Amino acid sequence: MRIELGVIDYVLLCVYFLFVIGIGVVLRRQMKTGADFFLSGRAIPAWICGLAFISANLGAQEVIGMAASGAKYGIMTSHFYWVGAIPAMVFVGVFMMPFYYGSKARSVPEYLKLRFDEKTRTFNALTFAVMTVFSSGISMYALARLFDLLLGWNFNFSILVSAVIVLVYIYLGGLTSAIYNEVLQFFLIVLGFLPLVIIGMKDVGGWHGLVAKLDVVAANNGFAAGTWTHSWTHTGTAGANPMGVEWFGLAMGLGFVLSFGYWCTDFLVVQRAMAANSMSAARRTPLIAAIPKMLFPALVILPGMIAIGMHAASNGEFLPKSADGSPDYNMVIPTMLGKYFPPGMLGLGLTALMASFMSGMAGNVTAFNTVWTYDIYQSHIKPGQSDAHYLKVGHIVTVVGILLSVACAYAASQFNNIMDMLQLVFGFVNAPLFATFLLGMFWKRTTGHGAFWGLVAGTGAAAIHHGLTLSKETLAGAAHVLNTTLPADLTTISADILHKAAGIKGGWLCAGNAVHIYPVDMAQNFWAAIFAWSMCFVATIVISVITKRTKTDKELAGLVYSLTPRIVDHHEPWYKRPAVLGVVVLVVAVILNAIFW
Amino acid sequence: MNLDIRMPMGIMFAVFGVVLVGWGLVSANDPIYQRSLGININLIWGAVLMVFGGTMIFFARKAMKKPL
Repeated sequence: MRIELGVIDYVLLCVYFLFVIGIGVVLRRQMKTGADFFLSGRAIPAWICGLAFISANLGAQEVIGMAASGAKYGIMTSHFYWVGAIPAMVFVGVFMMPFYYGSKARSVPEYLKLRFDEKTRTFNALTFAVMTVFSSGISMYALARLFDLLLGWNFNFSILVSAVIVLVYIYLGGLTSAIYNEVLQFFLIVLGFLPLVIIGMKDVGGWHGLVAKLDVVAANNGFAAGTWTHSWTHTGTAGANPMGVEWFGLAMGLGFVLSFGYWCTDFLVVQRAMAANSMSAARRTPLIAAIPKMLFPALVILPGMIAIGMHAASNGEFLPKSADGSPDYNMVIPTMLGKYFPPGMLGLGLTALMASFMSGMAGNVTAFNTVWTYDIYQSHIKPGQSDAHYLKVGHIVTVVGILLSVACAYAASQFNNIMDMLQLVFGFVNAPLFATFLLGMFWKRTTGHGAFWGLVAGTGAAAIHHGLTLSKETLAGAAHVLNTTLPADLTTISADILHKAAGIKGGWLCAGNAVHIYPVDMAQNFWAAIFAWSMCFVATIVISVITKRTKTDKELAGLVYSLTPRIVDHHEPWYKRPAVLGVVVLVVAVILNAIFW
Repeated sequence: MNLDIRMPMGIMFAVFGVVLVGWGLVSANDPIYQRSLGININLIWGAVLMVFGGTMIFFARKAMKKPL
């Protein structure tokens, strides 16, 4: 499919580019020390940090991937928000931020250094650095591919433009530039997509029209009516819903392990809260972020549901088709923009999309340059240098980070659903990490050796689980390539199919047959995370018990719950108290789950 | 002095709003609005963006006058 842009659309896009660069230029004067560049001088108000916190996560994977999932799985996709984000965001704000912010650590790995030891920090810093470059590259790749497909822009040209603009504004304005642009992007997404949803809802015949059309979709896919419009009703068994997960895997895998692993330990988002201007603002950051986060399904999932509903109602004429004849889910947002927006609004919608791609990259680059400079360069390569030296290194690393992302962008092209790929990476690295933080922050007996070897064991468990299992989805794809079909009894699957399927989607440790076959990739990822977390949790406890503590109670003050004085906030108005805000957010999340049960 | 993000953001959205309203007026009754179900969404949403941008500018100016 192609979208023709008018002059007016290019005007809007250029206005946006001008402001992005302009903000970087103005901020340049503020960037005097390393703390300014890497930490925004810890001077950002809570509401800005909050919006940046959520926007840093609202990259390409979110907007395109969630709309794709909305079409593929219906309203069950909202679990990524109401189950897979909100509780963890409340937890990090209320319970964990006092240690992150209070310890004065400049990064999440640095907290690990203060709490445990150097090797734990380095392990986390290295895996994190790889992951950020990877994510940034995926954003860039997705942007270039999409704009090639949609607007006929040259792939290399898109990579060049996005890389140069992101480079310029981060190089000039550091973290502040990234945060400000994330706020800009937040409002662009909201104001750019809201009219899209309104027009789409009108076209589909309102909520009742949508439900009726999605019942057709459910029937076409062999599921009960209402499967696309109920979030929990059909999760009794994995086979009864298109996501292929049952409620336990969903609640534990996504709601607990993956979500807490991401929101509570990923420096990309935590960095936004660390830039806040006070402890209170840092704690409120994720809670403020949780409020729009709860409402985002209306902006990013609903378009997918509308698109697939219209697709079914128009005999498959709404969405473009992929090679095997199924609708191309990743084209949901572009299709909607092209169908419903006239020139003018189209420019605004594409600017919003462009902004979300670029801030997805920028967020990763700022996290990368901080971790590299402080946790790898300063601690291993050249310690004891002046602040000006590290600031200079930060600038150079920004350039290197962008170049590495460009390399990754050219390398990334395997997965059909970007979300699944990121989940896989989080499963390996992030899922066990939350066990380490949980034990580290709330059990003073946890030792450095326990934390490190627990993490290694957890990451290993994720990798082994991945290597031993496969999904039916992957096997079916492999069978399709080999021009054959899957046998009804999956235990009798041929070695050819298994061999073909093994690789990036799992099964690479399987000799004769996969140990377990999940219905879909997502279920495989959720369970990988559950195994990784449990392994890390148990291993950390066991090793901590048999090894000696190396840090005294005094050294751990401010880093561990039982050794840190409680924060008193009774003098603050209720809307500034994290605990009160947290409860309000959770209650609203429960209500939303109940409405769409 | 620190840059208040509300100012550049307000100006940007106000510019978007003005451009869209202008374009909406010029292109009124154009067949391009069949896409948006006959609604001149450029005109309407341009106005919304102008109001949003104006509000941001208003608060940024208010904060500037009252030093912390």
